Amino acid sequence: MSNAVIDKTELAGDAPRPALRQPRLPKWAPIGLALISAGLGCGIGVAGDLSSKVQWGLIAAALFVLISFALTAKVEGSRQAKDRLATSLIWVCFLLAVIPLVSLIWETIDRGSKVLDGYFLGHSMEGVQTILPGGGAYHAIIGTLEQVGIATAIAAPIGLLTAIYLVEYGRGRLAKAVTFFVDVMTGVPSIVAGLFILTFWIIILDFDYSGFAGAMALAILMMPIVVRSTEEMLKLVPNELREASLALGVPKWRTILKVVLPTAIGGIITGVMLAVARIAGESAPIVLLVFGAQGINNNPFEGAQSSLPYYVYEQWQLGNDASFNRAWAAALVLIAFVMILNLLARGIARWKAPKTGR
Amino acid sequence: MKLQRNNRLRAIAAGALALSGALVLTACGSDDNSGSSGGNGTKAAGDIKCEGKGQLLASGSSAQKNAMDLWVKNYGGACKDVKINYKATGSGAGIQEWLQGKTAFAGSDSALKPEEVASSKKMCKGGGQGINLPMVGGPIAVGFNVPGVDKLTLDAKTLALIFDSKIKKWNDEAIKKLNKGVSLPDLKIQAFHRSDDSGTTDNFTKYLKAAAPSAWPHEPGKAWAGSGGQAADGSSGVSSQVKQVSGAISYFELSYATASSIKTVDLDTGASAPVQATVDNASKAIAEAKIKGTGKDLALDLAYDTKAEGAYPITLVTYEIACDKGNKSDTLAATKSFLTYVASEDGQASLKDLGYAPLPTEIATKVRESVASLS
Amino acid sequence: MKTDIEPTSSTAPPQDRARGTGRLGDKIFLGLSRGSGILLLAIMAAIAVFLTIRAISAISEDHGNFLTTFEWNTTSRPMVFGIAVLAYGTIVSSIIAMLIAVPIAVGIALFISHYAPRRLATPVAYVIDLLAAVPSIVYGLWGALFLVPHLTGLYQWLDDYLGWTKLFEYNDGAPRSLFTIGILLAIMIIPIVTSVSREVFRQVPQMHEEAALALGATRWEVVRMSVLPFGRSGIISASMLGLGRALGETMAVATVLSPSYDIVPSLLDPGGGTFAQNIAAHFKEADGPARDALIASGLVLFVITLLVNGAARLIIARRKEYSGAAA
Repeated sequence: MSNAVIDKTELAGDAPRPALRQPRLPKWAPIGLALISAGLGCGIGVAGDLSSKVQWGLIAAALFVLISFALTAKVEGSRQAKDRLATSLIWVCFLLAVIPLVSLIWETIDRGSKVLDGYFLGHSMEGVQTILPGGGAYHAIIGTLEQVGIATAIAAPIGLLTAIYLVEYGRGRLAKAVTFFVDVMTGVPSIVAGLFILTFWIIILDFDYSGFAGAMALAILMMPIVVRSTEEMLKLVPNELREASLALGVPKWRTILKVVLPTAIGGIITGVMLAVARIAGESAPIVLLVFGAQGINNNPFEGAQSSLPYYVYEQWQLGNDASFNRAWAAALVLIAFVMILNLLARGIARWKAPKTGR
Repeated sequence: MKLQRNNRLRAIAAGALALSGALVLTACGSDDNSGSSGGNGTKAAGDIKCEGKGQLLASGSSAQKNAMDLWVKNYGGACKDVKINYKATGSGAGIQEWLQGKTAFAGSDSALKPEEVASSKKMCKGGGQGINLPMVGGPIAVGFNVPGVDKLTLDAKTLALIFDSKIKKWNDEAIKKLNKGVSLPDLKIQAFHRSDDSGTTDNFTKYLKAAAPSAWPHEPGKAWAGSGGQAADGSSGVSSQVKQVSGAISYFELSYATASSIKTVDLDTGASAPVQATVDNASKAIAEAKIKGTGKDLALDLAYDTKAEGAYPITLVTYEIACDKGNKSDTLAATKSFLTYVASEDGQASLKDLGYAPLPTEIATKVRESVASLS
Repeated sequence: MKTDIEPTSSTAPPQDRARGTGRLGDKIFLGLSRGSGILLLAIMAAIAVFLTIRAISAISEDHGNFLTTFEWNTTSRPMVFGIAVLAYGTIVSSIIAMLIAVPIAVGIALFISHYAPRRLATPVAYVIDLLAAVPSIVYGLWGALFLVPHLTGLYQWLDDYLGWTKLFEYNDGAPRSLFTIGILLAIMIIPIVTSVSREVFRQVPQMHEEAALALGATRWEVVRMSVLPFGRSGIISASMLGLGRALGETMAVATVLSPSYDIVPSLLDPGGGTFAQNIAAHFKEADGPARDALIASGLVLFVITLLVNGAARLIIARRKEYSGAAA
């Protein structure tokens, strides 16, 4: 079977043979090879009685890489072969990663859409017997919105000001230390942030569990992300703008507020939104800090609240079909929420993006 | 080209706004679930005496979560002035919060430890201390997944050996002996236990220790001490593993077995016939328990090694924990009224469908007396 | 085609204006922004200090050796607990995750930035960004219900061919092992590492690539000679971001792993544990001292991330000084 391919390609390469052109595989070669190796992979899978489809895929992928490397090396020479090898490896990487990720999204949509409706979005779990269907995630949605909102209200200004400090004023040891620790802070695991607030706020200062406690932990996780993205955006603001403003006698702080920030605002908002999206799905600190509730609690500063990640975890723990359905539906709501934020961020970024021409 | 792209983006942004707008529109969300199937069936319970008002906070054992849900729903249906919030945080956290004075009562899978009683004296005013009120019991089922086997009988000793990884195959002689006429496959046993600390593990290992001391050398406790086997997080975790993995066996509250239709082991306790894991059989075993608490304290000493006919000995009894004297004055009335309902015949009888075992009459009577004298 | 602004050196603000003009507004503004910077430092310090306070009281009650004990028993008194198993599990699973995720993520980033047809690249980039924000608990559910059952065959195969190494021995059973966790963590961090590396690759000066192409380089040679060297520090910092998430991942690990308090020689057999998973497993039933013990383990996790990240930053800083790529 593979002989036929080689014959053909050599024909295709040989026929014109201009002096300066290397022989090339025809354009359809990669696709053809992919089909052949997929076929072989399945064949081997069936013949060898391999139970896992993952193996079939891996064998097919390995075959594809090997065959195309060998073929190209023969026809086009070793440099081209290396190039072809890299290209196929990169395609394989992409496919390898896309399969689980697509399956994840598909699974969530498939299972989540069962109970996701207006009733689910508009009702809490108050008075619902958890082993029966019914109830909803309204209280969790409210919790997530409020906690993430408060976290943003804390982290965005602090992050913004820190970034301004680093870009517009920063030099010397303090700035270096801040840069270093902001970088380190991006790696702080979420559960450590949760434990810190637990120790500081609930054990030592003896406050009650509340949405606010969760929001503080989220703010800690959010700050470094905001600083980094804002920093990048501020650095993009052309220096001529600052100089022009300063030359007109405008004080530096007004220059920053009226010239630098408005120029970069699109990028900054995008950065903040992406940071929000990243913390909205955090479950570990929330489980430690907000306590979870069945009913609606609109006050994040007092009493137990729920949140979407917590709700998913809680429903999973209940371990029956009705609660699994609710868990997946809530997960879908959470992903939709993050997606909306993402879209908004991109929209704003394009709309407000600093114009390229100077 | 650029213009077009901008337009498309604007369209996307508008769509996103519309979507988030739709979310905001649900802002008229509601706590009222009486219309849905999970929320209906509120009984107009005649004998609920409403007292007190405001919010009643309680937290603790997740084993009594489903029972609490039902009680709270029925009580809340009758008493609109009191809002009860029970959070299933786990017994340890529940007691902790109650000791800190953050909740009105705690739910716990095990009675207070001596040092906890000592620290409760600080919290309860006027010389009071924390007491244990048994409120609901339940069988801990041993669920299994062996292809082709529908009915399985085991005794305490084989259970202990299986969970301690001493018996490794389903067709082991010890199992065969207990199951004459059942064709057991040559399959590896995969025993699952809880990876998190839990009262279920505590009661299950107490049973193994009491009923088969020679086969179970480990100290019972909330953390798993046996050797080998696999672990999973929470009852839902172990039960979903049993459902998924062929050759698996594990322990969890009966309701989890029912919810995922997992087959459960019958116990050979030494009585004339093997005992099924059912609510009634668990009640019979709880009736064998002795009260070890003194005064108003009703901590139970469960008879794990009972041989009584039809008594299923692997049970879990969960307590409500409150002060005998010196409860916080603003929540006392509501607490008393709620616990009175819970201990009443109505409150107990409603539990059977959920996989819980109502308290035997004798114990229930004592609980009612204790609740009535709370101050 | 590029519409983004290149971050060239001319747009970086000069650093010699720190003093401002001495006007009141300037002073307030400088104070505010410097205060925020200091606040960030203070938070980091506070995390260390408060965790240490609780950790010390826990460790003094530990009747085992905190660093070398395998057990974690905090429900009975006296408490015996140690972090040896947790540290091993956390580090091993994270290393596996990084070994799988970083090459694949760099591959995908290159795919999006240099290989894919444009019509495919944009939606792929968007989906990857979206996945970076999928809550970890969802990965956990997916891992428990979907990934684990699909791995049995692969593990059997690994056992057949690599079983003799002891590392890849597999006795049948639900494959809920450290290696599975490594795969799951890899899937979780691929999106993050990809989206950050992609941004870096997009900023490679077009001139470098065009110069290489003009010399007759193949596409792979362009990538190897101009894109990868330029992006190296970016890849490292992207990986660190991913590593942070892998080290501290809680819910996904708790739902998928079958923990035990011993070090299993084979990576494929169930057992082991991680810091975050251990905290999640014991937190619910923990009383005061037990909670402190968990906080102590959290402190160790914090120190590990601090060390790893700090080291990475130092490497990047050094690279930047010596390589001309950043210019």
